[in-house]
Amino acid sequence: MKIAVPVKFVPDLVEELSIDASGAALDTAWLRLIINEFDDHAVEQAVILKERGGGEVAVLSAEADGVDDFLFTAAAKGADKLVKLTGDFSTVNNHALGKAFAETIKTIQPDLVLTGVQAHNDLDGSLGPLLAEYLGMPFVGYVSGVTVDGDKVIVRKEYSGGLVAEVEVKLPAVLGIQASETPPRYVAYSKIRQVMGTAKIDEQAAEGLDAASGVTVSRMFQPESAERAAMLEGSPEDVSDKLIGIFKEAGAL
Amino acid sequence: MEVTLSPLSPSQSKTFFNSLLDLKEGERLRACLQCGTCSGVCPFGYIMKFPPGKIIGALRAEIFDYVLKTDTVWMCISCNACTAFCPSNIPITEALMTRTKEELLLAGNVPTELQSALENTQRYGNPLGESPRKRADWTAGIQPEVNILGKTRQPVDVLWYVGDYASYHSRMKSATQALAKVLNALGVKFGILGPEEFSDGDSQRLAGERGLFEMMAQKNGQAFRKYKFNEIITTDPHAYNALKNGYPALGVEYPVKHYTQFLVERLEQLKPMLQKEVKAKVAFHDPCYLGRVNGIFDQPRGLLTAIPGVELVEMSHQRLNSLCCGGGGGGMWLDGFQWEKAHTRVSEWRVREAVTAGADILAVACPYEPPRFEDAAKNVPNAGALKVREIAELLAESMSL
Repeated sequence: MKIAVPVKFVPDLVEELSIDASGAALDTAWLRLIINEFDDHAVEQAVILKERGGGEVAVLSAEADGVDDFLFTAAAKGADKLVKLTGDFSTVNNHALGKAFAETIKTIQPDLVLTGVQAHNDLDGSLGPLLAEYLGMPFVGYVSGVTVDGDKVIVRKEYSGGLVAEVEVKLPAVLGIQASETPPRYVAYSKIRQVMGTAKIDEQAAEGLDAASGVTVSRMFQPESAERAAMLEGSPEDVSDKLIGIFKEAGAL
Repeated sequence: MEVTLSPLSPSQSKTFFNSLLDLKEGERLRACLQCGTCSGVCPFGYIMKFPPGKIIGALRAEIFDYVLKTDTVWMCISCNACTAFCPSNIPITEALMTRTKEELLLAGNVPTELQSALENTQRYGNPLGESPRKRADWTAGIQPEVNILGKTRQPVDVLWYVGDYASYHSRMKSATQALAKVLNALGVKFGILGPEEFSDGDSQRLAGERGLFEMMAQKNGQAFRKYKFNEIITTDPHAYNALKNGYPALGVEYPVKHYTQFLVERLEQLKPMLQKEVKAKVAFHDPCYLGRVNGIFDQPRGLLTAIPGVELVEMSHQRLNSLCCGGGGGGMWLDGFQWEKAHTRVSEWRVREAVTAGADILAVACPYEPPRFEDAAKNVPNAGALKVREIAELLAESMSL
C-alpha cells in the first residue's frame, strides 16, 4: 500500500503573533513555523499502517523554515520518501497549496492520502476536501482509526457528542486525521541525526502557484475588547441578589 | 511461586553489558556483589520491577530484554544515592541507569509526559516549551539593568548561566531576580546570554537523551565562544554538573561555580550587608547534583549561617545521604507517571522531614525545588506554615534588597 501524507506548517503560537502593515496578514518578520499538530498525527497513522500491513509512506511538505528537520524526523519514524515542494508559498492559501500537492501526489499514485483534518490557519477551508476534489477521490474527515481491508478501508469517524461511526471507503481515498491510534512517537535525537546523513529530500518545484485562488482576506485583527461586561461588587449576598435581578430582567428567571 | 525467565535474546544482554564496560569506571560492573544496597537506598527501589541490582543480575543471566519490556526504570530520578553507597563503587546512575533509559528511549518506550519535555527541548531549547525570545524576560525592572551580552557585547568578569527553570518558572523568577540584586549589590560585573542561552540538557541526558544533550552543549558552546568572560556561575546544580562534568569532553570547557560557591568566596564583603534579621529555624535541602554528586555541602550552609537570626537545623537525610526532591533524571517531567506507579511523592517525604526537624523555612539551592516543595507542603499535615525559600531569596531579604 502506498500512502501519501501532505503536511502543512503553521504559525507557532508559543510566539506572539502580530498583524503586518497591510492589515490583512500576519507579520512574518517574527513568525516561527511549526508542524500542524493534526498533520503530525497523520504521519503517525501512516507509519502505524505501514508497520501493520507493509507499504510505503511518502511525506510531502511545502518549503518553510524547519521543514527539513521535520522530514528527517518523519524518516526516522519510518517514512520512506520525503518530498519538499519549492516555490513562493508565503501568500498561498489552501486552494493553491492543495493544487500544488495534488500534482505531486498524482505522480506518486497512492492508495491512501492522509492529512490533518484541520489547521489553525485554514482560512479557506481545510486541505483534505480540497485535495480530494483535485484528485477525484472520496474524502472522510475527523478520522481517529484506520483499518485496511483489501481495496477499501474501514475508518472510525468522530462526531460531536461522543458519537463514533465506522465508515467503509473505497480506495484510493483522502482521509482527514483527527488523531492517530497512538500518540505521535518520540525519536531519539541521535536517530534523527543518523537519518540526516542517509535520507534524501526530493525537492520538486511547485507548478502554477496561484495566490489569488479561493478567498481573499480583507482584514485581520486581534480580538477586540468590547465594554459589555459589568463587574458586580459587594458581599457575596449583595452580589447574588444583584445577579438574580439581572437574570430576572433578562427573562432567564 | 517460582518464576523462571529464559533469555529471549542473550546477545542483547551481551551487547548492552559490553557497552557499559566501555564507559568511565564501567569495568567496575563486574565487581557487583549483588548486596542490594543500591535497590535499598533508592527512593523508588521498592516499586521498580528491576531496581539497579536486579538489572545487573538480569545482565548476568542474559535476560536484559525483560528489563526493556518494563517501564519502572522511569521511576529512577538519577539522584545518585545508589552510586554514593555502592560498596563496589559502580557508576550505577551515570552508566547503568542512564544507558538503560537510552535503550528504552531508542525502543520508543517513553512516557508521554517526558516525550513532550524532550520535544520542547529540541524545538525551543527549553523543556518548558517557552519562547526562546522570552528567556530574559525575568530581568525586567532590575536596576542596574542586567547585561544581556548579545545586546551590549561588553566583556564581563562573570557569565551567569541562568538555566531553564530559573529563567522561566513563575515561582523561580523571584529567586532569580533576588540573585541578580545580590550580585549587583556586591558590584559583580556579570552578564547573561538571554535568548542565546539553551537548556543545559543534563536532566534530558540522564533521562536517556544523550543526543539532545550533545546538541545543547554545542549550542551553548557556540554562544559562550562569542563573548569575553573569566568564569561561569550558575543558579542550577544540573547546569553546574553539565558544565563541570559533561561539556568538557565535548570541547566546551570553562571554569564554573555554583552561585553558592561564588558567594561564599565573597562572604567577608557580603556579611556587613546582611543587616536584617531573618529569625527562623532553617533546614537546608542538599540538592543531589550540588551535594552528593559534586561535594558542595558546606558553601550553602555557610551562606545561611551568615544571615543574622538563622538557626540551622538538619533533617534526618542530609549531605551525602540527602533525599532527592524527585525532579532529577527526568522526574521533573514524570510527575503523573510516577504518581500513577507510586501514589506518593518523594518531595512530600522531604517536607515531612523538614516539619519533623522543626524547621520554619526549608532552604533550597536548585530551581527544581521551590515549586516541588511548595506543592508538597500543601499535601503534608502540619506543613502549612513551612516556607520554601531559595538561599538567594533569604540573602536578598537580609540585605533588604
